[in-house]
Amino acid sequence: MIQFSNYDIISNLLFATQWTILLSLAAFIGGTSVALLLTAMRLTRNPAMQTVVRIYVELFQGTPLLMQMFLCFFGLSMLGYEISAWSAAILSLTCFTSAFLVEIWRGCIDTLPKGQWEACRCLGLSFLQTLRHIILPQAIRVATAPTVGFSVQVIKGTALASVIGFVELTKVGTMLNNATFEPFKVFTLVALIYFALCYPLSLYSKHLEKKFNVSR
Amino acid sequence: MLYFSDLLQYSDTFLSGLRTTVELTVLTTILGVALGTTCAAIRQYGNTVSQRVVASYVELIRNTPFIVQLFFIFFGLPAIGMKLSPWEASIIALTINLGAYSTEIIRAGLGSISKGQVEAAKVLGLTFRQTLFRIIFIPAFEKIYPALVSQCIIVMLGSAVISQISVADLTYAANLVQSRNFRAFESYLVTALLYLGLSIILRFVLDAIGKRLFAYRAIK
Repeated sequence: MIQFSNYDIISNLLFATQWTILLSLAAFIGGTSVALLLTAMRLTRNPAMQTVVRIYVELFQGTPLLMQMFLCFFGLSMLGYEISAWSAAILSLTCFTSAFLVEIWRGCIDTLPKGQWEACRCLGLSFLQTLRHIILPQAIRVATAPTVGFSVQVIKGTALASVIGFVELTKVGTMLNNATFEPFKVFTLVALIYFALCYPLSLYSKHLEKKFNVSR
Repeated sequence: MLYFSDLLQYSDTFLSGLRTTVELTVLTTILGVALGTTCAAIRQYGNTVSQRVVASYVELIRNTPFIVQLFFIFFGLPAIGMKLSPWEASIIALTINLGAYSTEIIRAGLGSISKGQVEAAKVLGLTFRQTLFRIIFIPAFEKIYPALVSQCIIVMLGSAVISQISVADLTYAANLVQSRNFRAFESYLVTALLYLGLSIILRFVLDAIGKRLFAYRAIK
């Protein structure tokens, strides 16, 4: 039987952390892209498109992330689409992330006074020009802090990918637990690594929030 | 092709899972908000040491995934002599989780109560308890109630994870059914929709409770 020293446990966990980070990045990039698309759809003020976005948000905010992963991984393969744990995790995390980001950004855009839209129309700016020169520069400043804050939720969300068999930090934690029978030590280390990933982001988000409130 | 009729014979399994999820949600919402209220009061009015303790508890829980907290409590604590059943472990984990998030939310509410209001209550001869409930807690809760409701729903959805330590909740039922009849997509889709219904109903109920609780506004 192979013995695991503390060094082995930590080096294995750190190796798995790379996959957690990679998955978080992929989900965050995917999520922001889809959320941008959905925000654009919402801003067109077309009732049909707005309804689509509303249903999308309700659907993915109202169901557990774990269930979305099961649907993507087990559900789709039963329907005949071969899908790896990695793609299923990215797909479900993208949907989850975008549904929340779209709502966060909606709040940010809605804080801008309506008069600005009207002023732009009076000045003869087109919809895209209004967005590009007036709305987005201000909205991005408001949106940065909550978006960074939400990235913490994305990192924590990736832990659920362990359930569908994607080997990341939590999965390696359970595997090491099965091999060493030292759950207290292993899961404390896993929690600490997650904390080390998330806490700086939380602090940064708080810092951004303060900075924004001062400059206002 | 989808075959939803294959699920009908398992409706009892789904229903009992649904009941477990609802029971757990009700219990942990009450316990979690109680814990959050206590911690928020300490964070706002306690001494420096207790404030630090609460702050580190909140940060520790908010920056680690729920599934790791659950595994730590269920697998980790027995190793140092605290044996817990899956049911107990999941109640503790969910309560601690909701407690940390609601501490932050409720603290924001307490922070919005101006000092003058409390002093005015003192001058008018209200007792400590009257001041605490009528002047501080109820107005503070009224301000943060929507955020608290959203957090309770997020925790309810997060409770799907407890199926991993074999608590027979709704997700567990879905896993059981799909392992019997291999209708994974149908089973998970129905379960996802049940969760969706549950979150809509939970929001409706909590909003109704909120209207009741803060009805004094209407008298004005």
